Amino acid sequence: MIRRGVVLLAGLCLYSVPTVYAQDAGAISAADTAWMLVSTALVLLMTPALAFFYGGLVRAKNALNTMMMSFVALGLSGVLWVALGYSLAFGEGNSFIGDLSMAFLSGVGLEGGGHGAYPHLLFMAFQGTFFIITAALISGAVVERMRFSAYVLFIAFWGLLVYAPVAHWVWGGGWIADLDALDFAGGAVVHVNAAAAAVVAALMLKPRKDYGRQALLPHNVPFVLLGAGLLWFGWFGFNGGSALAADGIAGLAFVNTMLAPGATLVLWAILDYVRNGHVTAVGTATAIVVGLVAITPAAGFVGPLSAVLIGAIATFPSYFAIDWRARSGFDDSLDVFAAHGIGGITGALLTGVFASTAWGSASGLIEGNAMQVGIQALSIVVVFIYSGGLTFVILNTINLVIPIRVERKEEAFGMDVVNHGEQGYTTGEGAVLVRIDD
Amino acid sequence: MKLIKAIIRREQLNSVLKALFAIDVKGITVVDVRGHGGETERIETYRGTRVKMELADKVMLEIGLSEPFVGAAVKAIIEAARTGEVGDGKIFVLPIDKVYRIRTGEEDRAAVTPVES
Repeated sequence: MIRRGVVLLAGLCLYSVPTVYAQDAGAISAADTAWMLVSTALVLLMTPALAFFYGGLVRAKNALNTMMMSFVALGLSGVLWVALGYSLAFGEGNSFIGDLSMAFLSGVGLEGGGHGAYPHLLFMAFQGTFFIITAALISGAVVERMRFSAYVLFIAFWGLLVYAPVAHWVWGGGWIADLDALDFAGGAVVHVNAAAAAVVAALMLKPRKDYGRQALLPHNVPFVLLGAGLLWFGWFGFNGGSALAADGIAGLAFVNTMLAPGATLVLWAILDYVRNGHVTAVGTATAIVVGLVAITPAAGFVGPLSAVLIGAIATFPSYFAIDWRARSGFDDSLDVFAAHGIGGITGALLTGVFASTAWGSASGLIEGNAMQVGIQALSIVVVFIYSGGLTFVILNTINLVIPIRVERKEEAFGMDVVNHGEQGYTTGEGAVLVRIDD
Repeated sequence: MKLIKAIIRREQLNSVLKALFAIDVKGITVVDVRGHGGETERIETYRGTRVKMELADKVMLEIGLSEPFVGAAVKAIIEAARTGEVGDGKIFVLPIDKVYRIRTGEEDRAAVTPVES
């Protein structure tokens, strides 16, 4: 695993105490275990946070459906991870995919393992939270029109056929790891991967029926801010936990996670003000997510000032991508591509620029290793094509069985009542109790 | 002088407004309403409590118009609000005794004639 390798190296060079345990295969470090327990819970919280972020951005009649697209992954993707996903991603296998040696957690127990000085089971759970949120991220491109049952099938197959192999390539000892691509916490695996699926899904579903004809406004901007805030909080576990130890690199990733979105927020606000005359709340929430996405691949490889620069630079491509998308016919409804795709690509490339041996990483461009940027670019392109291509195949296959899009009148009526038999906001007036035996 | 009360689907409101603005009907009040109009009842479930939603959310437009505009407005609303399913709504046309514009004190036809702002 590339991250572990780098972290170990860093531990030996700079932080001699904390990671020594990791070399002893069976040992458990109380500190590492505690941090990974906390990190796992933090990353899991990001999925409900995403539900609020996305849920606030849609119209009131689709609020529950949008939030459920995230919440359902907490169960479905979690169970699939235990059944097959973890083994396919982290089993020995070959350079393309793992194997089924750890299917249904076979041999995954309490022993400290090659992953770090904490129970193997906990490593499995930590990685499972990434599997869950990556599937949920895609939903932002398909909201307000995708049939819920088709969505559920889609994230199940996408998780096993796309996420698991890609995670294997980068973190499970696969071919991208062999290239020495740098992806600290999932710029390619999580963000570029989900964004490629989002682009293809949005194109296949076609725009919402009112898209470009009516203003489709966020129904609850406070939810959007709440979601962005909770995402940021959870992201400390996402990036900090990706050090896979309670060590200096965890501290570095943690601090970078605080700084980069701050820089994005400031520049986004300035752009907003200069271009529109206002600093907007939805813009601020979006900026936080973009900054977090951009720092994800770099978090444990770059110094804090580089993190500020990465956050600042990442503002521009995503800002103008959203600006363009809103005027285009491309209904990536909640800008998964602009935030996670463009943000993830920018972050992954800048990781290759700013990665620094002074902070325990391999060298990047500014230390004279221009090759690293090329390696980063290659990993992005391959992940994008693989994820996009398989998304096309999976959605077309599902569409043969269940139409992936709801009917026009259902879309007009609202996804909450049609798909879930519930409303997000109801007074209860006019609701008559039905006896079960009626 | 007539008052049009049109009860329509919420999701048709935008197209109805667009149709009305297109024929220069610009004085419109929109009210959120709930009602029962013979649609199929929806069953919703909240933690095991099953309820039949007898009332559907609609919007009602109230528009005061002088006679020559009434026919065109009714036609525009019907065309823009119709989906062909039960629950498309109703239009009532009522007589009005008197209309005043508060700002100027103008009455009747002058009071419902849009001014350039």
